Formats: sequence, C-alpha cells, structure tokens
Amino acid sequence: MQEKCLKDNIAKKMKKFLIILILILIPVKSFGLIEVDITRGNLNPLPIAVSPLSIDEESRKNFQNILKKKNIGSEISLIVENNLKVSGLFNPLNKDAFLQEPDIANLKPRFEDWNLIKAQALITGKVSYVEEKLRVEFRLWDVLAGKEMMALAFTTVPNNWRRVGHIITDKVYERLTGEKGYFDTRIIYVAEEGPKTQRVKKLAIMDQDGANNKFLTLGNELVLTPRFNPTSQMVTYLSYFRNLPRVYLLDIETGTQEVVGDFPGMTFAPRFSPDGKKIIMSFAKDGNSEIYTMDLENRIVEKITNHPSIDTSPSYSPDGKFISFNSDRSGYQQIYVMKSDGSNVKRISFGKGIYGTPVWSPRGDLIAFTKLHKGKFYIGVMRTDGSGERLLTENFYQEAPSWSPNGRVLIFYRETKTDSKGKGFSAKLWSIDLTGYNERQVSTPTDGSDPSWSSLLSN
Amino acid sequence: MKLTKILKNGFLIVVACLALSACATSKKSTGQMQGDVYTGTDTVEYLASGVPDRVFFATNESVLTTASRETLRKQAAWLRKNSKITIVLEGHADERGTREYNLALGERRANAAKDYLMTYGISSDRISILSYGKERPVDSGSNPLAWSKNRRSVTVKAN
Repeated sequence: MQEKCLKDNIAKKMKKFLIILILILIPVKSFGLIEVDITRGNLNPLPIAVSPLSIDEESRKNFQNILKKKNIGSEISLIVENNLKVSGLFNPLNKDAFLQEPDIANLKPRFEDWNLIKAQALITGKVSYVEEKLRVEFRLWDVLAGKEMMALAFTTVPNNWRRVGHIITDKVYERLTGEKGYFDTRIIYVAEEGPKTQRVKKLAIMDQDGANNKFLTLGNELVLTPRFNPTSQMVTYLSYFRNLPRVYLLDIETGTQEVVGDFPGMTFAPRFSPDGKKIIMSFAKDGNSEIYTMDLENRIVEKITNHPSIDTSPSYSPDGKFISFNSDRSGYQQIYVMKSDGSNVKRISFGKGIYGTPVWSPRGDLIAFTKLHKGKFYIGVMRTDGSGERLLTENFYQEAPSWSPNGRVLIFYRETKTDSKGKGFSAKLWSIDLTGYNERQVSTPTDGSDPSWSSLLSN
Repeated sequence: MKLTKILKNGFLIVVACLALSACATSKKSTGQMQGDVYTGTDTVEYLASGVPDRVFFATNESVLTTASRETLRKQAAWLRKNSKITIVLEGHADERGTREYNLALGERRANAAKDYLMTYGISSDRISILSYGKERPVDSGSNPLAWSKNRRSVTVKAN
C-alpha cells in the first residue's frame, strides 16, 4: 500500500448529510428583470447588496457553541459576498451603507432605500437552529423592479455552513446569468515546497475559494497531475511511488488508492472519460509515448494511438466521442483531435509556436491549451476545429488550464523566473475568465501547481 | 559634409557586419555550450575515474551528440568490466516545456542513451529507465546555460 492517505472527512460528511433543498416559493413569473451577461468581459459588474443573514439570539448562541463563530449569519453572507466579488460579474456593496436591518429586509425590503445606495439586486435571508441543524432561507430581490426573483431554504448539518454560502451563490449566479454556477466545487492540486532542485510535492484539495485546504499525501514521493472524475469524488494522478512513475486512482472519501493497469513502464498524463468509467493516459516505452485507455470496470486496456512520436496529454470531448491530445509528429508539439477509437487524426493547431495540454471545455465548443511562442507561455482557447484561436494571458511560464464546471473560468498554474543565482522561484494557482478578464491569483497555503476543478458537488 | 556622412554610413555597415559574424561564431561555442548543448563539467559526476555519468541534449531533442556518444562508450566499457552492475538511466528536460510532454521527452532521452549502450554490448536487462521530466533540475536558474545543464540523461548505479 502506498503511503497512508489522510482520510477526507469532509467528503464523508458531505455524502452522509446531503443537503436538503426545500423550495419554499416558486419564483414569481417576471418580465424584464435584471440579467447579467457573462459572455462579455464585464467592466461594469452588477451592484449587489448582500444583507447579512439575520439570526435570532438563541440560534446565534447555539451556533457559536458548535462552530465557534460569533455570528454565523454574517459569516455565510461574507462567503456569498466574496464569491460574487471574485466572479468579476458582481460588485457587492459596502455594508456600512445599508439602511435596513437584516431581519426586516428579509421580510420586505424598502426598495427605495436599496435603490438609494445604487444596489440593483439584493440578497436577504435568515439563519436558524432547528433540531441541531442549520436552517437557512434566502431571497433574491430585483431592486429596480421591486420584485422577489427567488426564494429558497436549506437544512443541513452546522459544519456544512461554508457550503451553504457557496450554494446560495450558485443559485444567485444561475438566476442572474442563466448559467449554472461553479462555487460549490473543489480544487485538487499539487502543493509544493522546498528548493527548485528538490521540490516536495503533495496532493492537496480545497474548496474553490481556498478554504478547507487538506493534504492527501505526505510528500514522501513525487506526485503530479491530479484530475477529478467528473461524476464522483475519485481522483487520478501520477505518483513516483518506489521510483516507478505510474497512474494511480485515489478515492478521496476512503483514502484507498491503486495502480491503474499493469504496464511495464511509465504511465502518465491521466484523465477520466466524461462518464467517469475509463481512464485515458500515456504509456511510454522504448522512447515512444502512446495513448491508452483502461476501462475501470472490466480492466480492459486499449491502445488508441500508434505513431513513433510523443503522443500525450489526452482529453475527451464531453460527449466522449472525440479525444484531443498533443503530439510532436510534425516535428514540434501540436494539438490534434481524433475519434475516440483513434481514427481520423487531425492536426488543429497551426499558429506560430508550439501547443500543448489541450483540455476540452465542458460545454464542448472550445479547447483550452498552453502555447509557447518566442520564449513566452500563453493560456488560450480555440474552437475544436482549431479556428478562432484566442490567447487569454501571457507570462514567463504558465500551463495546465482546467475548466470550471460551467466552462466560464479557467484555473492554471504559473511559475516565476529565477534570478542568475536560481533564487526567486514560486509556483502559484491563477484563474481567468474565458473572456480574458478577471485574472487573479487563487491563494493556497503553500506553492501550488497542476490544478483540477471538480464538478458541482450539489445540483 | 556629404563625404563624412557616406563614410559614417559605410562605417556603420562594417560594424554591423562584424557584429553579425561575431554572433554567428559565438552561437557555436561559448566555452560551456555548443549550439545549446551543454559541454561544461560543472554538474558532471563520475561513475569511475574518467567515466562521466551524464550526457546532454539540445532543446526538444533526444539525438546524441559526438561528445555524448564518447561518454556513453566510456560507460559501456566500464559496464563491460563490471558485469554485475545494473544501472538506471534518468532522463530529464528543462523547465521550458509542459509537464507531461517533458515526462515523455525525458523517457525518450534516457532511451537514446540506452539504445547506444546496447549497441556496445550492454544487455537491456541491466538497464532501467526513469524519466523525471522537468521535476529534478540540477541548476535552478532560469537562463539558457542552466537549461542546457538540465537537459540530460544521467546514468546511476542501481546496485
């Protein structure tokens, strides 16, 4: 057995106490209400007021005992506020300017007061302690139209309070943009420490906003490129356990892990198929890397490519019918697309420079990639036939984009250039909107690389 | 006046020509690099007296240079003399490439060394391959010389 994996309690709890979602009011049919366009770079984020969730004194005391938080209502609203701000689409207004008390606002907002501080949307809500559980209700209001847009309530275990904040954000985002959110999600990545020549790397997992960071391995061996199964809390990654680099499968609920397949050499660059039933990866032998799949149920291994060049970094299309990968069969690393049985191989990248790490968008229409041209690294997107190439960000070194589950944001990692003495190295996670706007560092307790975004935990 | 202008221009052209030719020659050899292949000895260790442990590669390449082949012939001779020794060939890449491609490239480089050793009579049973991609640079610098030291295949005694 490989080094003992730290059990991920959160994941366990998540399953045990599935959030109960109760629709208390079906949104009133409405016309001409506010909408946020997420297809353009948003230079005018929507002014939104997130009123602290109100809480009665008895509930407040109960949660203070359990969660060691003075006012859990304010804490949850802070999560919502932060999520909305980081999305770049919303401008949460300063609470000091709020005129109405949270409890009264939740019953019936005085729209003229909220209008006065230029809020276009308003979130109100209430937290209460019901039979040892956390009950949260919230409402989304259109300030200009003076109408309620949405009202929902959740009941869950108190420890899930952060997820409640993320779920509220997802609901608000979906109601205002018309697309699913990406806030109740997690990021798995490689946490890094130590000098560049002897980096210690551990698998780590955290909430999308950086909270609840946990290390999943101890750092005794090199680990690389973890990727989520899109349908479950499984992860595939590369481990150098016993100096044999192989693709592993890790169940983050139980901590159990196993080698994928029985290959007489290095396997690497793993990803799941969209249905989560197969792993696609590269196997290197005699100086030649080819792409293989392994069915996780019947363990059948199939060879997909057959070419004396390096074929690696495979990624399925969301319908599972195609695979994109990079190959140096033209002399340099370029992006190719083929049918999932390996037929019909077509090169799609023809711009200047070399192209790698193609990742198919969950929406199916775009492929994100890393490009190296004239000593600079770019994260970009192109359509699946290679047309419409758009570079989102340029830097000294950055690579490995991974899509948010709604296909609107990319997370990747960036390394700094060291000075003449080799000092000044760092690796950090960054995210950027598909529009090319809203580039920001994703904070991690240590350095980080190889991020992979999970699917939405709840739907 | 005009004459001085013409002379000045002519002089500039001559200087430009000199600069260009200087560039062309300096690209061939800078003492520690030939082309962009490392030729120095800073990082080299020895398996035995006169037997260097590593060979270096050009960017994106896995072709063995003349110097690399000479090093590997010395390694082969040493391995023939010490027939019980088994080795690991550790293939590496520089930091200027994507992680997964570099893992494959490291494997390809180590195999280039393995193939050459085999043509000098070393059995493949005695050789295993381990690619580190760009995970274990010897020089942590972000400059062409550091990168040239990191593009390497290192022969390590396994027993």
